[in-house]
Amino acid sequence: MRSFNHWLPLVCAIALALLGPLLSPYVADLVVKVMILSIFALSLELLVGMTGLVSLGHAAFYGIGAYATVLASGSEGGSIAWLLPLAMGSAAAYALFVGALSLRTRGVYFIMVTLAFAQMAFFVFHDTAFGGGSDGIYMYVRPALGALDMESHAVQFYFVLAALVLTYGLLALIRRSRFGAALAGIRVNEQRMRAAGFPVYGYKLAAFVIAGALAGLAGFLLAARDGVVNPELLAWHNSGEVLLMIILGGLGHLRGAVIGAVAFTLLKEVLSTQALVGPLADHWQLTLGIAIIAFVALLPKGIIGIAARLSPKAVT
Amino acid sequence: MSLHVPATSLLEVETLTRRFGGLVAVNGVSLDLRRGEVHAVIGTNGAGKSTLINMLSGEIRASGGRIRLDGEDITQRAQFRRARAGVGRSYQRTTIFPEFTVLENCRLAAQAATPRPWALWQSAASCAASNAAAHEALSAAGLDPVAGRIAGTLSHGAKRQLEVAMCLATRPRVLLLDEPLAGMGAEETERMLGLLESLKAGHAILLVEHDMDAVFRIADRITVMVNGTVIASGDPAAIRSNPEVRTAYLGEGH
Repeated sequence: MRSFNHWLPLVCAIALALLGPLLSPYVADLVVKVMILSIFALSLELLVGMTGLVSLGHAAFYGIGAYATVLASGSEGGSIAWLLPLAMGSAAAYALFVGALSLRTRGVYFIMVTLAFAQMAFFVFHDTAFGGGSDGIYMYVRPALGALDMESHAVQFYFVLAALVLTYGLLALIRRSRFGAALAGIRVNEQRMRAAGFPVYGYKLAAFVIAGALAGLAGFLLAARDGVVNPELLAWHNSGEVLLMIILGGLGHLRGAVIGAVAFTLLKEVLSTQALVGPLADHWQLTLGIAIIAFVALLPKGIIGIAARLSPKAVT
Repeated sequence: MSLHVPATSLLEVETLTRRFGGLVAVNGVSLDLRRGEVHAVIGTNGAGKSTLINMLSGEIRASGGRIRLDGEDITQRAQFRRARAGVGRSYQRTTIFPEFTVLENCRLAAQAATPRPWALWQSAASCAASNAAAHEALSAAGLDPVAGRIAGTLSHGAKRQLEVAMCLATRPRVLLLDEPLAGMGAEETERMLGLLESLKAGHAILLVEHDMDAVFRIADRITVMVNGTVIASGDPAAIRSNPEVRTAYLGEGH
């Protein structure tokens, strides 16, 4: 039972890969969107759940990854082989800059500083002609690499799925590694880690940059899926939403981030569908807000907490 | 005026001072720690003992003076570098990782010696060097039987032992112990004193402690601080009979 639980994420990935061709275009597209958001949420889980750094500016790295992809692909389009590293590299570079400064603060100050840096990036794209201003910019040709052409919906689906599996796998490795153990130690007791001889600042900065790069990956995938970017991607409510996703799913668990991304997207989708909720659909922000408050109040450990409550040892 | 320092002196502290605004918390304190000795620092609350330990471990910077570890000046070194160089400390308020097991607590502390953060393919739990250091520290502290317990569920005394064990797991040469006996019962105190006695041979120990019976039993040298200043330093017998100390601290005679 325990070992099945251990392999559950991989089983889900394989099931998704097999189901792919059977899904209707609408559902397949929704799944792609959820998988991209899952990568985004996982990248934030590295900071919040694993290192204890609550960032309210994570959308900046997501948006920068997306913008880098569109800006660099020009009118001829570009190769995944360099657009993807560029997107992740740009996001990582901004994360290095933001992290180097913001990690000198802690607690609520850290939240405010990360928010401020994200808003700074938002206004650069929103108020200058550099990225097409508030309307954003379109991508003429989606990224491709040989047969891997993101114009194809099937390629999109499997490419995003592969990216999700790799991201999840990387974070799972980090969690069990010495690096991950040190991050957990920093989350629980930073003072003791310093006394034991760990360069705490360096560890936090490394986590911040890796999280930024992974958010950049999600941004690349989003740009390749949508073919358009706009400054809203970097806006603070996007940072807030991804934070809600991991809280909703359950902090401290990788699968919590994915479950949270799924639940949040579905909740939003259901609450804004006229056929399901009638005239309330026009006020989905209100109903979504109430639903999330209810969730957090009833499930303080997130959705994954339900499984833990049913069988205390099942969730790793 | 340089003091004559024997070859066994590991940590030398010279006129160390710390000011907080107008307040001088530690004022020109000089002392040295030698391997094989327990050097106790006693004094009333607010005498500057914890500030002294915090300066020695690198948690706060000194306003003046010098700290040498094995002849090397470490006054400006960051805390984690001092820890890596062999300065270990325990805290007055227990600072364990309550949600991890006892073994994990020690292993994590030990991991600082072989951090290898880039080795993502290796699991932290199977790090041989860290496990060895952790087990060594656990058996020294007598915590072997509870290695698998969640640290937060231990008794107060066992938590204090774990606090010291985590310090030992980093294989320090110098131990800075901030009130290791605080809040302990008689039996736990005995066990802790036994542990300190066994650690003496391989370590230079600075002990800040309020339990005077314990201090006079275990200390080889005692330094008495009042208002940030050292008023006396010497072996227990000398301190016991020092009239200034009796007046200022031990509260006997006038």
